[in-house]
Amino acid sequence: MPDTDLARNELVARFAAHLGDGLLESHVEPDVDVWLRVSRESWREAAEFAKNGLGFAYFSFLSGIDWMPSPFGREMDSQIDIALGNDEASKIDQTIVQGIAGGETRFQAFARVNDIVNGLGITLKVDLPDDDLSVDSWVPVYPGANWHEREAWEMYGFSFNDHPGLRALYLPSDFEGHPLRKDYPLLARRMKPWPGIVDVEQMPGEDDNEDGASSE
Amino acid sequence: MERAVSDAALSNREQLSYIAAQAADARVNVELETEGMTLNIGPQHPATHGTLRIIAKLDGEQVVAVDPVMGYMHRGYEKLAEVRTYPQVTTLINRIDWVGSFANEVPFILTAERLMEVEAPPRAQWIRTILFEMSRIANITLFLGDMGLQVGAVTPAFFAFRDREHVLNLIESATGGRFHPNFDRIGGIKDDLPAGWITETRRVMKKMRKYCDEIEILVEGNEIFQARTRGIGVIPANIGLSYGLSGANIRGSGVDWDVRRDNPCGMVHNETDWKVWTHPDGDSFARFWVRLQETRESTRIIDQLLDNIPSGPIMAKVPRIIKVPAGEAYVETENPLGVMGYYVISKGELVPYRVKIRSASFNNISITPWLLKGVYVPDIITILASLYFILGDIDR
Repeated sequence: MPDTDLARNELVARFAAHLGDGLLESHVEPDVDVWLRVSRESWREAAEFAKNGLGFAYFSFLSGIDWMPSPFGREMDSQIDIALGNDEASKIDQTIVQGIAGGETRFQAFARVNDIVNGLGITLKVDLPDDDLSVDSWVPVYPGANWHEREAWEMYGFSFNDHPGLRALYLPSDFEGHPLRKDYPLLARRMKPWPGIVDVEQMPGEDDNEDGASSE
Repeated sequence: MERAVSDAALSNREQLSYIAAQAADARVNVELETEGMTLNIGPQHPATHGTLRIIAKLDGEQVVAVDPVMGYMHRGYEKLAEVRTYPQVTTLINRIDWVGSFANEVPFILTAERLMEVEAPPRAQWIRTILFEMSRIANITLFLGDMGLQVGAVTPAFFAFRDREHVLNLIESATGGRFHPNFDRIGGIKDDLPAGWITETRRVMKKMRKYCDEIEILVEGNEIFQARTRGIGVIPANIGLSYGLSGANIRGSGVDWDVRRDNPCGMVHNETDWKVWTHPDGDSFARFWVRLQETRESTRIIDQLLDNIPSGPIMAKVPRIIKVPAGEAYVETENPLGVMGYYVISKGELVPYRVKIRSASFNNISITPWLLKGVYVPDIITILASLYFILGDIDR
């Protein structure tokens, strides 16, 4: 269906015409998907234009991305690996590389809306600088963004201007830290380290010393 | 004029008793003044399918404000997926919506397939679609029984568990797991169908259609059921869309949108002759009605797919150790509870860099603060039941 592709290109063109400098970058994958990165100032305007100007009435989701790779790797290095210097975590390259539609900051918020009549979906991204992780809320445009923004607030520490009530959604209200940030350690593996490829843990009933079996 | 005359006509004693009566009335009114009351529903309540807590502020019998509290079952799958390889992630996401778990795996596998640019062979797509629809039946059967339970009819729930068993047995014999199949693979499926499965499936589908007829007679036509659901919890289409409602919740509001038909990806629903059901009313009854029709439609889809299931391999050629090329992709499918999608960011490693799980129930239930405002207390339960959510699908 080549006309879908035309539709996506036209979409980008209309965004560019409406937002002007607000549209920073776009990427069209023919017949598959389209990504747009907008400036922080035009984040809400982009939503309003998508909903009222282009018919993207359906709100799908909103969340965040942390582009700085985790300093801990997969947290699956065993004590033996670390002793031998084979651990994955020591070789981590922490340079920040953004994905599709580029970016300049470590954190990005991204959201997806759908045009259900034409079967199109767009992913919108916005850069959030480290010293001010705030952006305009989408709640006045899409009321469904309310809980998604609360989730992004507690998981990434983003704040949303004009949000009707930013408070914890999943976590206890006195929880410290932002769990989905890459530098937040996965505590389950901290408490009980990954045993490595071979499970060296003693099974119940197994003898402590190896010659226990041979003595029988 | 007349009033002045009658006032003058009152004797002193009558006047005193009149004042006393007025004062008594006033006192009673003060005592009965309806202050706001807070009602706490859950975390443990049969209507919540898990542990959802709803704090309702009431004025008499009417709800003034509702605040759903969740997180009692938050398992952090988005974080856990970042340290697991792609095949390991399917084990996790099986547990998101635990009554239709095969359907959870499919959109994730499709996202990974899109990033790897592989496509499952036709037979695998066929079997995938059959199992996908079967998990829809297993899921919605529970709803059809449960909806009766919430308005006080216990029998439909027994019928539901009786007939759901047949479908679960089929899923078990094909995949090896009743609840958590973990059967879908990048590039195909794990195994071929066992011998005799197709004949057995036809028999069970007939049974499920009979079950739908029974529910229709038992619940849908029931006067009490209609009184409790008709015109209750009405969601207009535009409000539903801006909250991101999906599945039968939005089709019950007259929106003719089904990802299976409009945006098919990796599955073969459109090879069959089927229909998307909608209902214009947008109330609890409409949502129930749409789900009932969809279950019947699913049995028809499965029957037609069984008729022309192609032969051939069930796995595409994929490397033994799966490394997904760098990129980003989002694929959504029409799951039993609504639209479910995964936004996967890959950096070309063994593990995904970021997995955003867009689950249906999270959006479906986020409308409750708007929807439950002004309803009466007993309707909270029926409206929640008709929105049909699974807590694992909200908390992830």
